[in-house]
Amino acid sequence: MKNAVGREIPDDILRALGKEPFQGNNYKNGVPFRRVAPIIHPVMDNQHSKLVKDIHEALVKCKAHSGMTVSFHHHFREGDLIVNMVMEEIHKMGLKNITLAATSLGKAHDPLVPMIEDGTITRIEASGVRGMIGRTISEGKLKGLAIMRSHGGRVRSLMTGETKVDIAFIGAPTSDDYGNLRGIGGKTNCGVLSYSHIDGDQAEYVVAITDCLVPFPNFPAHISMTKVDYVCVVDAIGIPEKIATGAAKPTTDQRKLMMAEYCTQVVVNTPYFKDGFSYQTGVGGASIASTISLTRIMEERGIKMGFGVGGLTKPMCDLLDRGMVRVLMDTQAFDLDTVSNVINPAHHRISAGAYANPFNKGAFVNKLDYVILASLEVDVHFNCNVVVGSDGVITGAQGGHPDTAQGAKCTIVICPLLQGRIPAICSEVTTVTTPGESVDVVVTDYGVAVNPNRHDLLEALRKADCVPLKTIEELRDIAYSITGEPDPVEFEDRVVGIIEARDGTIMDVVRQIKKCDPKE
Amino acid sequence: MDILKTAIAGTVESSDCLVTVEPGSGTIELDLDSSVMRQFGRQIRKVIFETLGRLDVSNVKITVVDKGALDCTIKARVECAVYRANEMKDNLPWGDVIV
Repeated sequence: MKNAVGREIPDDILRALGKEPFQGNNYKNGVPFRRVAPIIHPVMDNQHSKLVKDIHEALVKCKAHSGMTVSFHHHFREGDLIVNMVMEEIHKMGLKNITLAATSLGKAHDPLVPMIEDGTITRIEASGVRGMIGRTISEGKLKGLAIMRSHGGRVRSLMTGETKVDIAFIGAPTSDDYGNLRGIGGKTNCGVLSYSHIDGDQAEYVVAITDCLVPFPNFPAHISMTKVDYVCVVDAIGIPEKIATGAAKPTTDQRKLMMAEYCTQVVVNTPYFKDGFSYQTGVGGASIASTISLTRIMEERGIKMGFGVGGLTKPMCDLLDRGMVRVLMDTQAFDLDTVSNVINPAHHRISAGAYANPFNKGAFVNKLDYVILASLEVDVHFNCNVVVGSDGVITGAQGGHPDTAQGAKCTIVICPLLQGRIPAICSEVTTVTTPGESVDVVVTDYGVAVNPNRHDLLEALRKADCVPLKTIEELRDIAYSITGEPDPVEFEDRVVGIIEARDGTIMDVVRQIKKCDPKE
Repeated sequence: MDILKTAIAGTVESSDCLVTVEPGSGTIELDLDSSVMRQFGRQIRKVIFETLGRLDVSNVKITVVDKGALDCTIKARVECAVYRANEMKDNLPWGDVIV
C-alpha cells in the first residue's frame, strides 16, 4: 500500500508487524493508548546487595535467555565499550535470536558483525546504524528486520510495549552500590543519561555498568536506584577521547560558511526571530558556523534566545555563559565543553522522552521555533533521507531529525547541492526518513528553496531579499546539470529494514542491496 | 592515436579519478573502479569511450579509479593520459578533438 509520502509499503510487512502505513504527521494526535507497565522485581530485604562481580553474573541473575531483547544507550558514541562487552558475554553463553535495541549503533560496534552472521543477533532496533553493521544489514545478513526509529519514536515504542526490553544495560560514568546513576563525576563522563530514562522506566531488569563506584548516595541521581536491579563494576565503560571530543574548530570551508550565512539570513528574516525565540542546531560545520553568525545578529539587535535544546555543542554553551540564552535543555553532550557545562544551573538535563516523544502530553520539540538540520538527500517533495546512503546502503541514523522537524515552526535543512558526484537535491530520496510536510526551508550552496506550503516564509524571505531564492526543482536541475542524472540504485525484493515514523506507522522500507562489484 | 607507453593522469582524491593508459592488445580494454558505480557506472563508461573515440584511440588498456569525479574531470584526465602516452606536451588540439 502507498503511504502519505508515496512510498510502497508491502502488505506482508504491514501484516507481519501489525502496522499501518504513514498517514501524515498528526494522524495519531489525540488518539488515546494505554502505557504498558513493566514487571518489577522488588527489593525489600535490607541485606540484599545489588553488586554483581561481572557481566556474566548480571546476565544469569537477570535470567538472560535466547530470544530476549537487550537495550543500550549511545551517550558514549564512538567510544562505547558497553555494547560489545555485554554482547560478547551473551555470545559466549551461546544465546541466540537476540534483539539488540540500542538507541544508536556506530563504528565502535563493528565487532558485532560476526554475531549477526551466526544468528546471535537476529533483530536490531535503533535510531540507525553507522559502520559495518549497516552494510551487513543492507547485504541481507541480519535474519530479522532492522527497525530504525527516531529518538522520540523509540520512547514511544517502549511506552506502548511494541519494544519490550528484557534487560537494559545502562553505562554510567558514576554509580553507587545501589544504582544511583550520574553522567558525570567519573573517568568517562558523558554529561547526561537522557536516552536511558525510558529503559529505566520500562525494562524488566536494569543493570548499571560503571567504572567508577562512588559512595552512596550518588546524588542528585540522573537515573534513580528505584529503577536499577544490579550494579556491575568493570575496568572501563568507554574511551573518553572518543566519547566527547574537543569542540569542533569553526570551519574555514567557504562553501559551508556561505550556507551558514544563508541559514542565518533565513532565521533573522522570518517572523519567529524575536526576543525569547527557541532554537536547535546540529554538530556539522555549517550548523556551528550559523550559530556563531546568528549570535552576532542577536547581539546587534538585542535579541536573546528563550531556550536551546537537543544535542548540544560548545557554541550553544557559550550563549548560555554569555547570558544570550535563558536555559539549555540537554539530551546529549557532543563535546567536552558541553559535558563540563552541565554544572551550570541553567543547563538542564532532560530525558529523550521529554525532548521528543510524540506519545507524551507534549515534548520540547513542539515548542521549537527553529531547528537547523542536515540531510544526506532532499527530494523535490522536501522529503529528507538521513539513514540510507545514495548507494542504497544503511549508513546513518534518524536521531531527532523527524522529531524536531515536525515540532519546529521553521525547519531549515542545510545540504550542499552535491556530495562529491552525488546530487543531494534529487527527484526522489533513496529512503524517506523525514516527510516533506515537516521541512520548510532547504539551504544549499546554490540557493535557498522554501516549501511552497509555507507562503508566509516565502513572502518574508522575498521581501527581505536576503538570500538567492530558487525552487527545489531548480536546485535539483542545477545538480543534475553538473553530475548527470544518477541511475536508480538496484535492490533485491527482500525488505531488510523499516524506517518507522514517529508515531509507529511505516515511513519507508529499506531493501537488500543488489550485489554490485565496484570493479567491472 | 596509438598508446606508445604507459602514462597516468589524475589522483585518487575525492572528486577526481586516476587514469592509467597502457599499450593495448588490439581493442579498448577498460578496467573501471568507482565509488559511485551504482549510480554513475554507466555514465562514466560512456564518457571514457566517447573521449577515446574523439581522440581516435582504439587500442588501449585503460584503468580508471574513480572517486566521484564529474564528467568534465574524467574527460580531462583521459585526454591528458593519452597525450602523455604520446609524449605530446605542446600544440595540443584545443578546440578540435579536445572540446
